[in-house]
Formats: sequence, C-alpha cells, structure tokens
Amino acid sequence: MRRVVITGAGTINALGEGVAATKAAMAEGRSGIGPLSFQDVERLSIRIGGQIRGYDASDRFTSAQLAQYDPFTQYALISGAEAMAQAGLEAAPDPARWGCIIGSAGGGHTTANNAYRAVFADQKNRVHPLTVPKLMANAAPSHLSIRYGLQGPSFAVATACASSNHAIGLAFQMVRSGMAEGMLAGGSEAMLNFGGLKAWEGLRVMSPDGCRPFSADRNGMVQGEGAGVFVIETLESAEARGAQPLAEIAGFAMNSDASDIVMPSLDGASAAITGALSDAGMAPEEVGYINAHGTGTAANDRIETAAIRAALGKAADHVAVSSTKALHGHCIGGTGAVELIACLMALGDGVIAPTANYATPDPDCDLDYVPNTARKAQVGAALSNAFAFGGLNAVVALRAI
Amino acid sequence: MRPDVQDQVFSIIAREALREPSELSPEMTLDELGLDSLGLVEVIFAIEEAFDVSVPFNANEPAASQFDMSSVGAIVGAVERLVSGGKPSTAVA
Repeated sequence: MRRVVITGAGTINALGEGVAATKAAMAEGRSGIGPLSFQDVERLSIRIGGQIRGYDASDRFTSAQLAQYDPFTQYALISGAEAMAQAGLEAAPDPARWGCIIGSAGGGHTTANNAYRAVFADQKNRVHPLTVPKLMANAAPSHLSIRYGLQGPSFAVATACASSNHAIGLAFQMVRSGMAEGMLAGGSEAMLNFGGLKAWEGLRVMSPDGCRPFSADRNGMVQGEGAGVFVIETLESAEARGAQPLAEIAGFAMNSDASDIVMPSLDGASAAITGALSDAGMAPEEVGYINAHGTGTAANDRIETAAIRAALGKAADHVAVSSTKALHGHCIGGTGAVELIACLMALGDGVIAPTANYATPDPDCDLDYVPNTARKAQVGAALSNAFAFGGLNAVVALRAI
Repeated sequence: MRPDVQDQVFSIIAREALREPSELSPEMTLDELGLDSLGLVEVIFAIEEAFDVSVPFNANEPAASQFDMSSVGAIVGAVERLVSGGKPSTAVA
C-alpha cells in the first residue's frame, strides 16, 4: 500500500494565526480562552470561549468574497493557504486527482444566525441573496477546491466533534488506496455566536469558568473556534517534488457506539483506538503521545481514560496523554484538525503540549496527562482521538518521519 | 409546600417520565422514574419555562449545583425557593 504523508499544515484558532503561533502557545501552555465578545453575549449564562481575537475579515478578503464566505469558510481558506504554501504548491499538481474534505459540525452557522436575526428579530422581509451558498456546510471545501483547482473528490463531513478526524482519515484512505493522488483535509468551525452558544448552554455541559480536562475539579467544556487544514499526499509524490514530510499518517479507524446520542461509550472509544493501531500496524508500546479528546466534561474524561487503558493495556502506563482543549477550547468540527498540530509538534519538534488547568488528581483519570507544563520527548508515534456526540468515533495514527 | 408549585412540578416530571401525575410521590427519584440525563435537562427546561426562573444546574457536577434534584419532593422545594427568591429571570445560571 502507498505511504501517506502530511506535507503542509495551516491553522487559525484562539491561540493565534498559523502553525508557528499555535505551537508556541501550546508549548508555553498559554490559553486563548477568555471573555466572549459578540452581540447579545450578556443574555448568555456561559460567557467564556476560545474566540479568535484581533481578526478583521475585511483586512483579508474583498467585499465580494465576504458576501460568499462565512467565518468558517474564511478560517478554512486562511488555513488552506498556509498549508499549500508550506507544501510548496500554488495549485493542485494533478487537478483531477486532487480533492478536499473539510469537517464542520455547524457549517455557516454565523450566516444562519444573522439571517434568522434579520427576519425574526429585526422584522426584515429579506436576507442576503447569497445566504444559502454561504451557510451550506460544503462551502469551505468548495471554496478551497475553487481556489486551488481541486477537481477530484471534494465534500464536507459532519460528525460533530469528530468531523475533522473523519475528514483527515477519509482523505488518508483515499490517497493510500489510490483513489486520489493528494488531498486538502481538515476541519473548520465558527459557532461562537449568540444562537450557537444559547443552544449549547441548554445542554448543561458547559463550564462557566474554564476547561480543566482530566482534573477532578473539571466542570464542563469551553467552546472554541477555528480551523486546521493539511496537505496530504503520497510519500512518493512528496519526495518527487522535494517537499518535506511533516509526519506520516499510518492508520485510521472509525466506528459507531450505536447506543446513546450524547453519552460516550468505553467499548466504542477503545475499539476505535484499537482499530487505528491495527490499521497502522502499530504496537501499543510504540505510541509515545495521545492527543486526547479530553473535553473537560465529567463523563468524557473518565470514559476516555478507561478506553485508553482498555486499548493500550500495560503500555497506557507509559504514554503521555494531553488535551489541548484547555488552551484553544473545543473547536467542535474543527477541533481534531487544530489538535493535529499538537501531534505534529510531538512528532516533529519533540515537544508534548501540556494539559493546562490541571489542578487535582481524579482517581478515575489516572494516566500521565502532562499537567500544565510542556515536556520534551522523542515521540515516534502518536494518536489523535475524537469521540463525537452521536457516538461516532474517529482515531488517527501518525508516525514521525 | 405550595400546592400550585407541587402540582405544576409533578405535571412536568410526569410528562417527561410518561406517567400520570397521580403516580408520582415526593420521595421518588428521577432515576426510579426512568429519566436519563437528557430527560433531566428537559425537566429543567420545562421548569424554567413554566416558572420563569433560571435553574442553576451543571450536569458535570450535579452535587455542586444549588438545585436539589435528589427526589421529586426535593425538586418541588428547590423550585419553591427559586420562585420566592425574587431573582430576576435573566438567564444567569
């Protein structure tokens, strides 16, 4: 089978714009979570989040583009541009054989929120004529395909918090199998608006004061926003172009709990981890780092810990596990892509991002969470976990190269 | 207990549990009534709408929430305290 590598990475999230800024914040354990700022925030009970700050879309896009680009499309385009530049590509080298898969849970959520506000609250009788192509969940992969001439398979995937990992895993499978020669893949989310947060706070799983994954004093998730996009191609084509691989994608697995719409499942999560190891031909002892789903909810962190123990066995005692959601927030459909940066940092730079805000050990969460301070380590293999509402799990396995 | 509050809370919980209000008694727990975590947040939402109050409840730390949901009777008491507390109904949980 063909070996598949990442040759470009791009991101924008609450930690900063670009992979370098994001890695720097992760290495320092510096959080991008703070008070939220948008219209009607004072009517929310949850008022913190990982919001991208100092961002003015009109600095980057023309007014004609902004008529078509919801923030989630903007974030995907900004991330895609960085990834393509790093890969040394201005456009798809073989257009018919290159495509794009972008994960997003909410798609053009801000556009929908604003259109509803106009007709329901402001009593207007019309909305912007491009509202539909702006809010559709496939707007981000479509605009990336247009921008870079990607004429192969392109689509959006919506699997809530696992969307990015599903997108990256599918792109990996397509390139490995020969269905595509190269792919842009990742995820994007921009749901930090009044309607979006109002829906989330109704579930009673949000923390009013901070994301503290695996810590006994954790009290819920904190939402973030942003995107991550990666250039994925064969090792052979990377070498032929002289592109420097950042890491190898070695395996992927996805499955479904088929049990509860919101509660995670130990069996489903551990089977997904086991499946990714098996697909990669990776022994549990080989794994040096796991970027955990680690949402900071009571249920996820306890069950994910047990799932890692079930899948890795004794090797779980020696693996570094961290959740970077305490830093950038839970970027929902974009989160796995932003978190893949932490895997690239571990594999490529030998730095493991910490689990920030870790204060109190929890007897149910007894792994090495790299509390509060980044750690230098030689990491040869890493996993990225994503376990979504709806019971849809997706785990990506990577190796240093 | 205020009979009006009790009747309304019983009615809300009974509707979520697919029971008749007459089948409920104060010592019953939501667990016994077959309400899972989603049923619980539906009950809280219905209480907030019916009484125009904001219920301080976080599913991650139910014990730390200042709203006793340990039994049907406890919920009635907690709602009575919220209703008589004169708190504004703005969504500050």
